[in-house]
Amino acid sequence: MFLQTWFLPFALLVTATMVAIPLSGYMAWIMDGKYRPVPVFGWFEKRLNFGDQNWKQYTVSLLVFNTLLFIYGFIILSLQPRMPLNPRHLGMLAPTTIFHSVISFMTNTDLQHYSGDVNFSNFSQIFFCITMLFLSAAVGLSALTAIIRALRSDKSVGNYFLDMWRVLVYMFVPTAFLFGLLFLQQGSPMTYKSDYQVATLEPAAMGTTPDGQPKLQTIVVGPVAAFESMKMLGTNGGGFYGMNSAHPFENPTAFSNFFNTLAMMIFPFSLVLMYGRMLRKKRHAWVIFSVMMVLMIGTIVWAVHFDTQKPNPGLTAHLARTYQVLDASAPGGKRTVSVPAVAGLPVDQHWGNLEGKELRFGTPAGATFAAVTVDVTCGAVNAEHDSLNPIAALSPMVGMWLNCIYGGKGVGMINLLLFLIIGIFIAGQMVGRTPEYLGKKIDARVVKLAIIALLVHPLMILMPTGLFAGTSWGLKAETNPGAHGFSQMLYQFSSASANNGSAFDGLAVDYGFNNNSSAPPTARQWDIAAGLVMLFSRYLPIVAPIAMAAFLGMKKSSPFSAGTLRDDTMTFGFLLFGTIVIIGALLFLPAAALGPVAEHFGPIPFGG
Amino acid sequence: MWRHIGPAFRLMFAFTILTGFLYPAVVTELCQVFFPRQANGSLIYRHGRVLGSSLIGQNFTSPAYFHPRPSAAGVAGYDPMASGGSNLGPTSRALYERVKADVAQFRAENPGYQGPVPADAVTASASGLDPDISPASAFAQAARVAHARGLSRRQIRHLIRDYTQKRQLGFLGEPRVNVLEINLALDRLAQDRRQ
Repeated sequence: MFLQTWFLPFALLVTATMVAIPLSGYMAWIMDGKYRPVPVFGWFEKRLNFGDQNWKQYTVSLLVFNTLLFIYGFIILSLQPRMPLNPRHLGMLAPTTIFHSVISFMTNTDLQHYSGDVNFSNFSQIFFCITMLFLSAAVGLSALTAIIRALRSDKSVGNYFLDMWRVLVYMFVPTAFLFGLLFLQQGSPMTYKSDYQVATLEPAAMGTTPDGQPKLQTIVVGPVAAFESMKMLGTNGGGFYGMNSAHPFENPTAFSNFFNTLAMMIFPFSLVLMYGRMLRKKRHAWVIFSVMMVLMIGTIVWAVHFDTQKPNPGLTAHLARTYQVLDASAPGGKRTVSVPAVAGLPVDQHWGNLEGKELRFGTPAGATFAAVTVDVTCGAVNAEHDSLNPIAALSPMVGMWLNCIYGGKGVGMINLLLFLIIGIFIAGQMVGRTPEYLGKKIDARVVKLAIIALLVHPLMILMPTGLFAGTSWGLKAETNPGAHGFSQMLYQFSSASANNGSAFDGLAVDYGFNNNSSAPPTARQWDIAAGLVMLFSRYLPIVAPIAMAAFLGMKKSSPFSAGTLRDDTMTFGFLLFGTIVIIGALLFLPAAALGPVAEHFGPIPFGG
Repeated sequence: MWRHIGPAFRLMFAFTILTGFLYPAVVTELCQVFFPRQANGSLIYRHGRVLGSSLIGQNFTSPAYFHPRPSAAGVAGYDPMASGGSNLGPTSRALYERVKADVAQFRAENPGYQGPVPADAVTASASGLDPDISPASAFAQAARVAHARGLSRRQIRHLIRDYTQKRQLGFLGEPRVNVLEINLALDRLAQDRRQ
């Protein structure tokens, strides 16, 4: 049982690290332009590369391209009813949902307020989703490359369009192709067909249509395998089907699940090592890698321990309990609430919590996936996060709050860089020396930029969560009682701000088609709020660090001396770890106490 | 500004072609040649008619069939157009009440089985389309199916063992029984006896 539980996460971490070592070398070789392109590709590169850029030009290129992505996405989705590959004649989504979905895919978040299988034609799946999966993932990686070049004081930070091309053509397309074939062999469909109408083996058991006939099963197929591989590799996480990697077609077997999980890990792992290779500071990169590894192991162990090794507390017996509740109207300001004892249900729960889990992946797979998907800001899910044991659900939330445990394409490493600068700054203050990173003095301007980029994240999570929890916008959307309802809202904005994309799916935020008469009452508000959060939390933490790196790079390098803070030692690792945990986690402690922690210690079951 | 827009359009155009047309088309072609069964959705045919997909669960209520896990997908369950889990957290009383009802139903359907109810038989999957049940759940249903079919329990248990899929590579996943496949095998068994 011990081996059965822990071997899967162990195998995943080891395999991903083994893959990352050579892959990071290849990526550094590509991004440093040491390769010689084959003539066809060389011709394309000449069309895209209009010369070296400084950091401002690079940023403008990045923003211009992302604006174009937005326009492109908006047009494709709006035109769905008029486009081919739509035999089910699907209509147009609500405009707010289109706004939300386009931002979601362009920012690499892939938070979905729709169900791909129900709402999207194969045309939208291919030309909106697959194209966005590739392009949005390349944006963050290009930005990281520019930051590295700035940090090592190169003459130029490179050319944005050339970087995008390199990432896409030499890294993403070949790997996506390989993983796609693998998922296909395991059972993911790959076809331009749309659906089958099937009379099942026992038609009477499938319900009846309004006119009394047995209901046919609609099996939706499409270009799933090609979609799936890039969804995971690009740490996008937006599923072809609404149920994402839990759907049997996206993730048919335990074997495909292993490679699903692995696929989202390899690029984030490699990027940290690529950072070290390109800066020629490999030991420094390994220190960062180790800090991230410790945090990742922490989140995985937490989730697996509390979800796989513990039963679902909703089904077990509970003793009668009394709680003291603050109440101004009661005498003494306190009211006593007593909760009766609950009889346990005769259910054999030795697999742990199976509610919202798929049987074929195996017991620790759901919790492991939940932790990994938030650490690398992928956002795909293979289990219902909403049904995780309350305290286990803290693990995915912490992953999103820290947002730098390997993190998404490039942006995870960028976020870590911010923590690193702040950490060095604090350490410098403590010993009374001017803080330096890579021999460059960290001055007020650099720290200001780092703090701005760092503070966007908690502000974008806590402010809207407070707004929605305090108004009917949130209360009308929550579908679980008490603290869990709050957790649903908190999770939604954490996911949006971390550009993650997983969700507590119970939240009623899917408007559906534009003509949907029974849409959830506040779906529009959620669409717009989450859309804006994703937008701010994506571009500010990319642009500010590019500027920060550029200012650092412009400074003269001071020589290495006995007083220099060494960045390749265990001490430095502890400094970094402490900064991340203290600054990152403390910001969210009150919110965590109101959500998952309150659920864990409160009465179970709860509410009417 | 205009210096940036030209290449942005070129990049966008190149990748719409590459990832929109070429990449899916090439993968589809390869798949239809090398893995046609999977590429079309792992469909199961009987007498030339599509009966479903071995990967997508179906609902069964007749005592003569093995029953799948509870499903939150649609009113009757196993509706791929409403794929999803219950989304009920452990603190939810609705979850407690639902599982309580499912336990009662499981007990009523399988009076011969006395042990604790296997968790998968009373919990909903994430997709609502989980095609599998645990061998424990299948064995708990064996007596009922045997009685309804007029077969011996030994035959049914034998069938369950034949249809139990092992862990992949020895450590991935759990042993499981595909409900649609084993129910088809039950039908075949009945047909063989008639002939």
